Amino acid sequence: MTTLARHTPLIPLPAGPARIIAATGAALTLASTFLPWTWTTAFPGNLTVTGYPGGLQTITLAGAALSLLHVLAAHRLRGLRWLAPTGTTAPTVLLALGTLATTWYTLGAIARQLGGLVNLEPGGLLAAAGSLLALLGALALPTDLPHPDGPAPGPLRRLRHTFTTRRPHPAAPLPAWADLLLIAAAFALGLLLFTYGVDAEYGELFVGYLLLTIAGLAALGRSGLTARLTTLTARHRTLTLTAALLTAACFPLTLTNDTYTNLATSILIFATVALGLNVVVGLAGLLDLGYVAFLGVGAYAAALVSGSPESAAGVHFPFWAAVLTGIGASLVFGVLIGAPTLRLRGDYLAIVTLGFGEIFRITMLNLNGKTGPDITNGSMGIPNIPDLDIGGFNFGDTHDLLGFTIGRFGNYYLLMLLATIAVVLVFRRAADSRIGRAWVAIREDETAATAMGINAFRLKLLAFALGAALAGLAGTVQSHVITTATPDQYQFAGTVPPNSAFLLAAVILGGMGTITGPVVGAALLYLIPNKMDFMQDYQLLLFGVALILLMRFRPEGLVADRRKQLEFHDDAPPEGA
Amino acid sequence: MAATPPLLTATGVTMRFGGLTAVHSCDLTVHERQIVGLIGPNGAGKTTLFNCLTGLYTPTEGTVTYRGTQLPAKPHLVTQAGIARTFQNIRLFPNMTVLENVLVGRHTRTKEGLFSALLRGPRFRRAETASARRAHELLDFTGLHGKADHLARNLPYGEQRKLEIARALASDPGLLLLDEPTAGMNPQETRATEQLVLAIRDQGIAVLVIEHDMRFIFNLCDHVAVLVQGEKLVEGDAHTVQRDERVVAAYLGTPYEGAPGQAEAAEVEAAETHAATPHPEENEPR
Ligand SMILES: Nc1ncnc2c1ncn2[C@@H]1O[C@H](COP(=O)(O)OP(=O)(O)OP(=O)(O)O)[C@@H](O)[C@H]1O
Ligand SMILES: [Mg+2]
Repeated sequence: MTTLARHTPLIPLPAGPARIIAATGAALTLASTFLPWTWTTAFPGNLTVTGYPGGLQTITLAGAALSLLHVLAAHRLRGLRWLAPTGTTAPTVLLALGTLATTWYTLGAIARQLGGLVNLEPGGLLAAAGSLLALLGALALPTDLPHPDGPAPGPLRRLRHTFTTRRPHPAAPLPAWADLLLIAAAFALGLLLFTYGVDAEYGELFVGYLLLTIAGLAALGRSGLTARLTTLTARHRTLTLTAALLTAACFPLTLTNDTYTNLATSILIFATVALGLNVVVGLAGLLDLGYVAFLGVGAYAAALVSGSPESAAGVHFPFWAAVLTGIGASLVFGVLIGAPTLRLRGDYLAIVTLGFGEIFRITMLNLNGKTGPDITNGSMGIPNIPDLDIGGFNFGDTHDLLGFTIGRFGNYYLLMLLATIAVVLVFRRAADSRIGRAWVAIREDETAATAMGINAFRLKLLAFALGAALAGLAGTVQSHVITTATPDQYQFAGTVPPNSAFLLAAVILGGMGTITGPVVGAALLYLIPNKMDFMQDYQLLLFGVALILLMRFRPEGLVADRRKQLEFHDDAPPEGA
Repeated sequence: MAATPPLLTATGVTMRFGGLTAVHSCDLTVHERQIVGLIGPNGAGKTTLFNCLTGLYTPTEGTVTYRGTQLPAKPHLVTQAGIARTFQNIRLFPNMTVLENVLVGRHTRTKEGLFSALLRGPRFRRAETASARRAHELLDFTGLHGKADHLARNLPYGEQRKLEIARALASDPGLLLLDEPTAGMNPQETRATEQLVLAIRDQGIAVLVIEHDMRFIFNLCDHVAVLVQGEKLVEGDAHTVQRDERVVAAYLGTPYEGAPGQAEAAEVEAAETHAATPHPEENEPR
């Protein structure tokens, strides 16, 4: 088969017609979102109107528009080339795929919910046909990279090859203010995207959003824009961190109601604890399966001294003292668990921490006055933790800030954000120091590390204790947010994060050893079960499948740190080469 | 020869693994500014002896003293005392950069703790800069300049061996133990390593080296000890050892003919079989 050119795609067509097909498909899909897809408003989001898109149609619209833009960019349209510095085909295919998935999912959901395909209007059928056409056209576009030399590749190899791109060449340097503007724009866009997900009112909308977002992020990676942005953020690290924190601080202002602010606060707590676990797992390489117990220790300690009428301690510490109590209690438990086990190598630690996590929960259950001394009220927990009052600022009240009204959860969100900042700072500074290097060395090769003069036991204990203390800090805030500390919040595995299994999953899925990774992982792991409660029965199954797929295709996690990026992809050239 | 008190003294070191005696009642002395070679056929117990000296194994019997104090069987304390080592099967921190690898080697010679790292005071910054400067010096010294930001795992084999030496030197040792530093290297790289070892000695660091490349041993070593089946067979300067029949016999298996040149052939053979397997099964404890 010598007729195959070096850029032959999956569907061998000349480039011109392929582009026309892809563009037509995308345009038709786009147009269809202005037509009704179904006849009744029984399906959420009102897809019956003509003239403007509604509900899930907006997502299809976004996908189709992005696909169209990329097809046009491939045509070397001036002003669009920045969209895909490394190649346009791979991102086009991914976007077309995402659009197809969202559209067909929507149509399928309509048919299922309303009972049959007869419920689809012509607009819906047009959307289905258009998105399919766009994908077929995209698959016929010439591949970004030539096929490797050798025999003509089969269809499967050609399909795989469609998704490969080269690494982007470095961008021409921009003035500093342009860099700043780009970073700000990226964060604003990210915030918008994230808010849309949190605000999604019904499960179907969230699924559609998720499908397109995944495809879109993959497309961003293939088009080389992610790499461009990473160079930018690496060049301005402190600025990026500040921008991220500002964005996070603005986040509650963008939410439409208190339920979502509460959701955001829960995500933030989960993310903070995951970051703490990242010190233990990501840096020092210690597998801690009972980490949530340290969150529990902090929460219980704070609850006991919170002035709750149900608290056995019956004292009311000021908040700073409660925080220190929580941190201190977790630290002590961390050292108590770590000291005997960290001398051993291998999986002992995993087993002991797993056991400790359960022992903590059961002990809290049993300290109820019947099976043990009355300290924790057993399964009732310590309820009625009063709202914080720091210097006259009551966290339970609604406050006006710069013209925005911030409710109870908004207050706590901002307080939790302070804790998150503390954890991020600790993580960053510890990682980039003699201690952090020793942790990574132990993770990499403990024998070699000890032979280099590192007291492995002491450093592992330090990592373990620091991780525990960070979880304790998060726990003190958490108990005040949810006003109760009960044992069943701190399980090994459960359907509601944070629990130890989900925490570990957030770290590994997000990307070990990074700051962004666990935050992204935690946000996904919290949002997905929360928004897709109609899939409750399959949740854990889907979770497992997703983890397996991720480990197969992206073992370094969603956000790869510089080292991991090189570790898992051998073809990557070394830095600075 | 021994005008100065010895730097390292091992007395009666014995290491048993269950029924197997890997090292049997070994005595070894290294003096200041000496390069001492440790040779012997595969499986003789050389690496095991190294592990006993550096605290990775607790010897079943025997003691090791360094500068007059007995060493505990704790690797990090041994390094702290002033003995650094490399590994036969390279054990770098593969996913750390070259510079970070060397900085880890500085661990015992710096003190900044967690709080210092969190507060980032001027002391911390000064210590970090000083460590980085020293690390860069060592990279220059070992010929790895310009590689500081590469991942250790991406270095070519020969440079990985050099990096192991740089990392060991970072702990400012008085004695450096090298376990087959030229294994898997081509002749040019081997000669370069010879120069490096000489330069290290010229800095006042004593070297104890395991090698199968006899040319390397005879070019460098002031003193050579031969280990066969866990026991020290012969000891002396390079020429004495080279001519000793028992050494020839040990390398060949059986003493026959005794023709001149036989020893040479045996050595070459031993070196070659060894070079053919650059990654032997690791035998450091996990
Ligand atoms: N941890 C261990 N457990 C059991 N046996 C061991 C262990 N380490 C080494 N041995 C055995 O001790 C003997 C000596 O091994 P050692 O690795 O010290 O030899 P060597 O002289 O370094 O050989 P080579 O030249 O191949 O590196 C071998 O028979 C080996 O199998
Ligand atoms: Mg050996």
